[in-house]
Amino acid sequence: MLAELVLAILIVALAAYAVLGGADFGAGFWDLTAGGPERGARMRGLINGSMGPVWEANHVWLIVVLVIMWTCFPTAFGAIMETLYVPLFLAGVGIIFRGAAFATRGEAATISEARAFGATFALASILTPFFLGCALGAIASGQVPAEGDPGIPLESWTNATSIFAGLMAISVGIYTAAVFLSGDAVRARMPDLAEAFRRRALGAAVVAGALSIAGLFVVNDDAPDLYDGLTSGLGLACVIIAVLIGVVTLWLIASRRYEIARFTSGLAVGAVLTGMAAAMSPDILPGELSLDDAAAGDATMIATLVALVLALLIIVPSIWLLFKLTLAGRLSERYSSVLPSGEQR
Amino acid sequence: MDALGLLAAVDQEYLLEARQMQALSLGVHIPLVCFGISFPAMVLFMEGLHLRTGDPVYKALAKRWSKVMLILFAVGVVTGTILSFELGLLWPRFMEQWGEVFGFAFAVEGLAFFVEAIFIAIYVYGWDRLSPRLHFVTGIPIALAGILGSAMVIAVNGWMNNPQGFTLTDTGEVTDVYPLSALFNANLWHEEVHMYLAGFIVASALVAGVYAVAWLKGRRDHYHRAGLIVPLAVLCLAAPAQVVVGDWAGRTVAEEQPTKLAAMEAQQPTEEGADLTLGGVYYDGEVHGGVTIPDGLSLLADHDPNATVQGLDAVPENDRPPVGWVRNSFQIMVGIGTLLALLGVWFLWFRWRRGALPRTKWFYRAVVAAGPLSLVALIAGWIVTEVGRQPWIVYEQMRVEDAVTGAEGIPVGYATLVVVYLGLATLAFYMLRRLARQGPEPVDREGPGDIGVIP
Ligand code: HDD
Ligand code: HEM
Ligand code: HEM
Repeated sequence: MLAELVLAILIVALAAYAVLGGADFGAGFWDLTAGGPERGARMRGLINGSMGPVWEANHVWLIVVLVIMWTCFPTAFGAIMETLYVPLFLAGVGIIFRGAAFATRGEAATISEARAFGATFALASILTPFFLGCALGAIASGQVPAEGDPGIPLESWTNATSIFAGLMAISVGIYTAAVFLSGDAVRARMPDLAEAFRRRALGAAVVAGALSIAGLFVVNDDAPDLYDGLTSGLGLACVIIAVLIGVVTLWLIASRRYEIARFTSGLAVGAVLTGMAAAMSPDILPGELSLDDAAAGDATMIATLVALVLALLIIVPSIWLLFKLTLAGRLSERYSSVLPSGEQR
Repeated sequence: MDALGLLAAVDQEYLLEARQMQALSLGVHIPLVCFGISFPAMVLFMEGLHLRTGDPVYKALAKRWSKVMLILFAVGVVTGTILSFELGLLWPRFMEQWGEVFGFAFAVEGLAFFVEAIFIAIYVYGWDRLSPRLHFVTGIPIALAGILGSAMVIAVNGWMNNPQGFTLTDTGEVTDVYPLSALFNANLWHEEVHMYLAGFIVASALVAGVYAVAWLKGRRDHYHRAGLIVPLAVLCLAAPAQVVVGDWAGRTVAEEQPTKLAAMEAQQPTEEGADLTLGGVYYDGEVHGGVTIPDGLSLLADHDPNATVQGLDAVPENDRPPVGWVRNSFQIMVGIGTLLALLGVWFLWFRWRRGALPRTKWFYRAVVAAGPLSLVALIAGWIVTEVGRQPWIVYEQMRVEDAVTGAEGIPVGYATLVVVYLGLATLAFYMLRRLARQGPEPVDREGPGDIGVIP
């Protein structure tokens, strides 16, 4: 019971990172494809402005995921880290690149500098979600032995399901980024950009949808147990819910209701992750380690739960304030232009 | 006893590289987080001065600093994330066995990070957009989160040095975990206070150094003066206090980790009335040079000249830390700590007796040197704590070689990380220098709280 509760919070944190962090990485893709320096300038400005204030807070969700894992499911964490060290290390490198791009954003003095920063950003946007997705896919498809095995550094995450999960992670990020940016463009009173991102969001949704249908075949072939879990019982229910929410989200975007679409895309991602957890249940490392065996002692689980609940009580209103100020455009400028000296460059 | 009844130690050819990799990442992270710990308080102090006096110069400084704070914070977040990955990637068996004992502190730290990340954004992006008072208030949680966050990581480090809050079964399994008792371990208090002060010393010395350079170049207007005096005052108050806290730290180590103390002082035999050697360099198994104070070590460790001090000979050879690193780093830290404290006394004496800043250029040169020196002291201190704990990752419970991953490719990861960090350092340097070249923040003359901006 305790283990399930903690798992639920873990899924919420993972979904939050997938959506918020994912959108951040996806924005890197849109930055890369925004066109030449002149044509793309406004679009890049919008991307910078809307990712700025919330970047750090979005990022903390990943830390929460890691911390919950190593505190509450330490044996699973150790096994995962020891086995999947290649994709996880590469994801870490991607995060460094993303941070570097963040610290320098909007600060480029010349076009070539701007290109270099943009390229780092774009590289990070592909590396990090892809490798984190691969790691998740590898876990779900039972590639991680209970004791951990550093002897399969490549084999463990290059099966079809893992690669598919990596690609899926990239495409989800690209799609949610477009949804978020449409809404931000409306607020920034840039209707043409809002339309541009609306088209991109719809296009990305089609790609992501097609990818997930293809994914069903891949998983059926590569990880039959996972497939069975996703097509029966709670797993199936979650998949159906995710599809329904996905369709509703498409409709919301098509009818330009971006604010609600933000939430529904988050819900859809949450539903998919819940479905995966259901398909893996009762295991945390399928076929290898059950959730209950991996769980830490009760005292640790309870203490962590209490800390997490307290944290939520403090964080939710703070995040609400941050998003409210950002969405109200009160924080949304580039920080360098908030400060007078930045304006002249 | 050997805690690892369950898992046989793996054969890790590159244990040393793994340790260096961990140390490298910590060595990058920790100077950055010094700013996370102390800069919010200094920025708020400046803004407070502005709110009280209405003087726009203070506001311009606070703005400028908050910009730097945001850049450093972002890099701190990234390097911290790397550390979180690394704990698992390099030491999976450590995390597996002990994660449930110390992990709770990290869970609380997650809370602190969230608060810090949220309010730093509101604060830095909110200049001139929130009412002055509200803006000031949104800065307070950042400073509090810095205290909480640093205390929680330090709790983990304190626990590694002084593990408690669990029972080991005969088969090496961890049971009866008390997360709170693990968190509030006996090393937490001195380490946290010492680190917290170190955060203030490092950040204030580096910031003061920037304005001291300007001073030496003849820029002595109100703006540069204020930018110098505030961090200088922080530095000069914190540095003497650090000596007192350092003494407390030393006495706790003498009690809880006598082997580490013996390594810090290169004390070979266990004896009464142990002598203390100040200065000198340890190599080839002994201290060369330095001044010997009879009974000094007993006096320091126990405040009693006849006290018995445990030497390195009390533990088998392969349970001893590498003495050279520990002893020399300790001397460096204490030496620098003493110099910084003297600098503090110099400044405070001038303020008190003359109500002015010292005139001599040497004072400002000393302030410029204080920044890099305090960084050296910071790293040296951590080497004392971490290398002094060797060969244990969890003191007397788990050895480092039992904790390390069996993964190959550590050298590749290490090399990658070195390249990436060098790139990051170059970039950060470049950005900060550009910020400095922009010249002082334009002072907005229209008084407090207005939105108007003079180009
Ligand atoms: C600006 C930095 C700085 C300065 C000036 C000093 N220290 Fe320090 N010291 C640190 C920064 C530091 C630290 C933050 O790096 C450490 C590492 C772990 C810790 O808790 O603080 C540390 C550890 C540390 C330890 C080991 C604690 C342990 O392992 O639990 C001792 C005994 C001292 N210090 C003693 C001193 C003394 C006697 C000083 C002055 C004369 C001194 N330190 C100045
Ligand atoms: C709370 C914070 C810290 C934690 C949890 C921590 C944890 C660790 C771990 C797990 C290791 C590897 C195992 C070992 O060699 O014992 C290590 C080693 C090391 N750490 Fe720390 N550390 C912390 C702070 C620091 C800081 C701030 C530094 C600053 C430079 C530092 C310096 C080192 C060094 C030099 C080693 C290598 C020791 C050796 O090779 O002998 N540590 N630390
Ligand atoms: C093994 C050791 C450590 C790990 C795993 C670690 C992990 C992290 C992580 C993940 C972050 C990013 C938080 C965010 O996203 O906002 C961070 C930031 C931070 N860490 Fe560490 N950390 C370690 C050591 C330390 C030490 C020794 C201190 C000093 C007391 C420290 C103080 C801070 C502070 C104050 C921040 C806030 C960000 C900033 O100010 O730059 N950390 N750390």
